[in-house]
Amino acid sequence: MQNMNLYSRGDKLFAYINMFLIGLFTLSTLYPFLYIASISLSSGGQAAAGNVVLGPIETTFEAYKWVLSSSEFWISYKNTFIYTIGGVIMSLIIIIPGSYALSRPQLKGRRFWNLMVAFTMWFHAGMIPFFLNMRDLGLLDSYFGIIIGFAVNGFNIILLRNFFEGIPASFEEAARMDGANDFQVLWKVYVPLSKPAIATVTLFCIVSRWNGFFWAMVLLNDQDKLPLQVYLRRVIVELTADDQFSATAMNAAYSVETVTAAIIVCSIIPVLIVYPFIQKYFNRGILVGGVKE
Amino acid sequence: MENHNSRLHHFADHMRANWQLYILLAPTIIWLLVFLYKPMYGLQIAFKDYSIFRGIQGSPWVGLDHFHALFANDQFIRALKNTVTLSALSLCIGFPVPIFLALMFNEILNQFFKRTAQTITYLPHFISSVIIAGIVITAFSPSAGIVNTVIGWFGVDSVYFLTKPEWFRPIYIGSTIWQEAGFSSIVFLAAIAGVNPSLYESAVIDGASRWQMVWKITLPSILPTIIFMLIIRIGNLLEVGFEMIILLYQPATYQTADVVNTFIYRQGLQAGQYDLAGAAGLFNAVVAFVLVMTANTISRRVSKTSLW
Repeated sequence: MQNMNLYSRGDKLFAYINMFLIGLFTLSTLYPFLYIASISLSSGGQAAAGNVVLGPIETTFEAYKWVLSSSEFWISYKNTFIYTIGGVIMSLIIIIPGSYALSRPQLKGRRFWNLMVAFTMWFHAGMIPFFLNMRDLGLLDSYFGIIIGFAVNGFNIILLRNFFEGIPASFEEAARMDGANDFQVLWKVYVPLSKPAIATVTLFCIVSRWNGFFWAMVLLNDQDKLPLQVYLRRVIVELTADDQFSATAMNAAYSVETVTAAIIVCSIIPVLIVYPFIQKYFNRGILVGGVKE
Repeated sequence: MENHNSRLHHFADHMRANWQLYILLAPTIIWLLVFLYKPMYGLQIAFKDYSIFRGIQGSPWVGLDHFHALFANDQFIRALKNTVTLSALSLCIGFPVPIFLALMFNEILNQFFKRTAQTITYLPHFISSVIIAGIVITAFSPSAGIVNTVIGWFGVDSVYFLTKPEWFRPIYIGSTIWQEAGFSSIVFLAAIAGVNPSLYESAVIDGASRWQMVWKITLPSILPTIIFMLIIRIGNLLEVGFEMIILLYQPATYQTADVVNTFIYRQGLQAGQYDLAGAAGLFNAVVAFVLVMTANTISRRVSKTSLW
């Protein structure tokens, strides 16, 4: 903000304490990631003995070799990509046109349609009826079920609708003068003007698809269709319980701990790659959608 | 008759001019009907002796039997108590944290430091609960975990934290704060960005300190946003992050960890008692709905802020 010299001594102290606390919180956010990365690169024996604190001990890539040579890992990785890309495309082709229509003043029954969207944010049938419905629709154990079944989220629609509503009407009027219809107004005017909001919604969709775990676990039986998160959970829960694995691995270069850590690192990397590209948008994007007064 | 005709004409004209809008709207509405509203019809299994062979329609009604059974079920009562405890704790402890974080972020003058800190503290929000649970399980493991290593330095014997009911709540709440606090601050930061700068300018002239400005200007200015977010939280009170709980709990910690949603998952999806679990789900949904309506009404009266 203003010049630091304008501040009193108390203000400076306040600023330093503040920076210190934020720094502390930031480090405590960062540490668990460094810790897991360190474990994944340490030898099995050192990790199992609890000697890893910061930085790998007896650095080795054995745990990564185990993970990358597992066919289940690659199948689940591929599936996660299918669910994420398919799911995000499905979400956007439903959400963008719907939000646009809901933002138009000339839409008849607009209040009703909007209420219908908002209502689902506060009331939903719950786990069992949702599951029975998916079963009745024949969407158990299907790629398509995961892709379509979670496409729309009331919050994303409202976020985008609010953004569309904030675009001055003169843009639409100018396009109409040139003879544009609704499809063209949406595609040529609103979508290009809404990049931050669309990027934000896309990010939300990518994250929820990439991380989706519970319903994939419930709706999918076929091992070949499981996404990464379900595989990861199985490794975390089952390897720990698998005495044979522990017994053979303990003395080897890898252990339950290092293998789990290596899988965690492998599944975070794509998130870390995408994150910097989109994160600059959501400050602006959320500003419009998150708060309504 | 004429009136009726002209209304019809009006409608026809409107549709001719705007039919594309309804085409654009249709996929959203159809999706909502098929995936969210149709299951609401299935809620009636809460009042039926549901059999998968006879289907929802064919199963006989049993009135409130499942609700009587639920409230006589110790596990359900325990789950209900745990749900209330866990959400009350995370509301009291977890809700203020992002507000303070936002206030603090706002006071940082070094833009590079601010951006870096934000980028890092937002990150865990984008990491799946399976991974967070994996990190927690690794960190709290009895032999290999960092937590036991550190308390070992102080001569404390190692503890198998994840099998101890008394440790479940701190671990769960701590890990959700770690995961969400940074990112949740974004909404409050957005609200702070909207505060009128002239308020600060006149405060500077009056000789206010930074501290006073935070308490007397920034905080009151973002109060509507705080209330807004509070209503949302209250509406989701019974939704305590059950994915995380499913990943972290085990029979040894059910005593403090089992919540209504995990109860529904075990009874319904794992044990196949769809009707009983459906009744628990309906109870959950109705309570959540009443909570959000109440919070919204109170907030509208008290502060003129509301969701609708």
